Amino acid sequence: MEKILGQAKRVAEEAEVFMVSSEETPVQFEANRLKHVQNKQTSSVALRIVKQGRVGYATTTELGDSQNLVTNAVETAQFGMTAKFELPPLTPYPQIETYDPDVKSVSLEKMIELGGKLVATVKSHTPDILCEAGVTKSTVSVRIINSRGGQANYRKSIFSLGIEGTLIRDTDMLFVGESESSCHPLLEPEAVSKAVLRQLELAKNQASVPSQPLPVIFTANGIASALIPPLMAAFNGKTVLQGASPIGNRLGQPVFDKKLWLWDDPTVAYRPGSRPCDDEGIPSQRTPLIEQGTVTNFLYDLQTAALAYTKSTGNGSRSRGGLPAPSPSAFIITPGKTSFDEMVNDMKEGLVIEQLMGASQGNILGGDFSGNVLLGYKVENGKIVGRVKNTMVSGNIYQVLKQITAIGSETKWVGGFLSTPPLYCPEVSVASK
Amino acid sequence: MPHIEVIGHKLAESLNGYSADYIEAHLEESQGSYITYRGRELESTGRTTAVGGNIRALVRGGWGFASFNNLDELPGKVKLAVKQAGLVSNGKSKLAKVAPVVDTVPAKIDKNPVVIPLTEKKRLLDEYNDVIWNTPKLQTSIISYGDGYKKTVFASSPGSYIKQERADITLRLTAVATEGNEVQQTGLSIGSLGEFDTIAKLHQQVEEMAQHAVELLSAPQAKGGEYTVVLDPVLAGVFVHEAFGHLSEADFVYENDHLRQIMTLGKNFGRSELNIVDSAAIPKLRGSYKYDDEGVPATKTYLIREGKLVGRLHSRETAAKMREKPTGNARAINYHYPPIVRMTNTYIEPRSASFEDIIGDIKEGIYAKNWYGGTTSMEMFTFSAGEAYMIRNGKLAEALRPVMLTGNVFTTLQNIDAIGNDLEMNQGGGCGKGEQMPLPVSNGSPHIRIRHCLIGGR
Repeated sequence: MEKILGQAKRVAEEAEVFMVSSEETPVQFEANRLKHVQNKQTSSVALRIVKQGRVGYATTTELGDSQNLVTNAVETAQFGMTAKFELPPLTPYPQIETYDPDVKSVSLEKMIELGGKLVATVKSHTPDILCEAGVTKSTVSVRIINSRGGQANYRKSIFSLGIEGTLIRDTDMLFVGESESSCHPLLEPEAVSKAVLRQLELAKNQASVPSQPLPVIFTANGIASALIPPLMAAFNGKTVLQGASPIGNRLGQPVFDKKLWLWDDPTVAYRPGSRPCDDEGIPSQRTPLIEQGTVTNFLYDLQTAALAYTKSTGNGSRSRGGLPAPSPSAFIITPGKTSFDEMVNDMKEGLVIEQLMGASQGNILGGDFSGNVLLGYKVENGKIVGRVKNTMVSGNIYQVLKQITAIGSETKWVGGFLSTPPLYCPEVSVASK
Repeated sequence: MPHIEVIGHKLAESLNGYSADYIEAHLEESQGSYITYRGRELESTGRTTAVGGNIRALVRGGWGFASFNNLDELPGKVKLAVKQAGLVSNGKSKLAKVAPVVDTVPAKIDKNPVVIPLTEKKRLLDEYNDVIWNTPKLQTSIISYGDGYKKTVFASSPGSYIKQERADITLRLTAVATEGNEVQQTGLSIGSLGEFDTIAKLHQQVEEMAQHAVELLSAPQAKGGEYTVVLDPVLAGVFVHEAFGHLSEADFVYENDHLRQIMTLGKNFGRSELNIVDSAAIPKLRGSYKYDDEGVPATKTYLIREGKLVGRLHSRETAAKMREKPTGNARAINYHYPPIVRMTNTYIEPRSASFEDIIGDIKEGIYAKNWYGGTTSMEMFTFSAGEAYMIRNGKLAEALRPVMLTGNVFTTLQNIDAIGNDLEMNQGGGCGKGEQMPLPVSNGSPHIRIRHCLIGGR
């Protein structure tokens, strides 16, 4: 890496070398049976340079071939975007735990046993279900160095467990599923299988829903599928800079319900979204996005921040090996005081939404969400009475989150990148046939 | 750069020395470049190079798979894949019989598109962007160009050793027009199996695309309801790929009893004029190749012949399990993934009707062109056309806002009652399945006429 940086410095004003290597071991079950055990090792280097004020960029998996990498970056710098940012010098980083050596040492046999247990538990509850399950361990290591003397490196371990079940009866299909991930090994699959069994229990009966606005409880999974995509777009500094975010000019203004607090937080110990710095070497920070319903910040990488005359929030992220762009690390919604059961008890007639299908195909930028309820339950007189089918839910986050009846007291991590309690919203439009 | 051929030869010799029923190795060297524009400004450009590979092993019905960038420790990777497969093994290995092949297949192109200087590529994109921006009422443009060139080596324990090269180019352009609160957009997607010239003379098409975005601002919306609909080759091709092609992929079918019943060979799906084919053996299309990623020679597979379901697409494993012939359709997007059943070039075979014949006796109908978006869930589909026109008294009439078509796949296939003589292959698409996307494919059709097709107002 030092060699690449050295060569790049000779031909460019600024240079940054980013290297990531990872090893992932997934164990996969299909149609209730163990199907694949895989091992995937990757390593790649990205070189970003600034030459005559313009950004050049090239990537390779070949660490040895530094000259070619530099030549490629120089060629693209002829017409890359104008660099407005300065790479960070050597800075101290917060101590954030993201690596547990025990993840690597979980044996394949143990992982197969865990997956087998998940499938067996769900099948013993509902014998004719078809399950796909996965148990994955992975480790990632990241290193960044740049021409201003900045450097950072860290390791991360991730362990995840998940299961999806499909129950087909004639032409009726029921989809259930749950997953969990952590930087620690997850050796107790009971929490995941228990959640699936609960879904199967609640879905045993079918219930009908009237086509009219109804109160809705979004569970953590429901929030992830319906409400998070528009929030991610709205708080992305790039969207704001392009003038495409509905809240772009509402900093400091109350936009959401006063009970709502939202953070971007890469500093929680042993969470998959955590890291000491972002992909540009900017130290991680907890960024409040919504405080008491008021919009307080947007998320930035270096270039976008410079164009917007502000500072990076440490949210530069390189997806698929491309140039850094703003992206959340982990969204945290602060819990409230109402338990899930109290929310259900409070409802005369309404819905609980666990999973929306196709929710992010609409006008996300405008805050819209709409989709088919893949998994959701009807509530009547304070009790869940069964699952709903052929039901479309649609709304707009700027209306739905403006007035929230209650924020749940039980938080849950979804996919390692969202921690949220359930949200109880007074009115969402529901169409059913 | 390590030579994957040198490494490949050495590795190939050793593949028989392990206790596995079958082992295969893929090695790959690739290069690529991309340029994207958002509005007037170039948004990003870069060059990529990669080397990597994988080993796949089969032991008593169980698969192990190891992928890597580092080619130094290959015997260790083979051992790992064999060990993993051993842990999965829970039955008998079943692979359809295929004779081992030793062959070298060069990319049949004049010039590797990746080595063309970025300046030249950028000059062309600037010209297209100027064409878009010179159109009045145009709000913005999005352009994304990408190319790639890769060499692959495939070796298997029964003795196959296949070296293949291929190139790929994609270009997508979008024009967005606005007036007041109205926003309309049109797009153009072009691709080729590495020939840069095929994307170099599109100025006329780009101009028409941009002008059409502006025309749409004042175009009326279709009234929802049932119509006789004529699809152009692009939209009909996407329909045949999305709505029918995926159901023909044997890995969807072989462990799903419900779908197995629906897709019984011999079942009637359409009128006797209807033939649907998938073939990687046609030269020079984006889905073309000589051997798939299991070393099986490409074939021409009739999925529907004279209206009846006669075939489906297979990997060696699905073919063996369903006791059908292998078709050479196992493909992986790159060395990070094992090959799975995929389409290649999928199309409806042309018949005799001219475009005039097809629309001639339609009193009131809709001509839907171009692909905008859509989804399918097994039996149902919803597609958006990028362009639409009314057909009145056998003639094309006013332009409409983009329309959405929806229906049941099987009823819709039955309702195709005219098939044109003007087959065209659309090379602009990429196909996604599981985590593996976009895979280069092409699809096509002549103009087709569908009776009783449900059109939604948008």
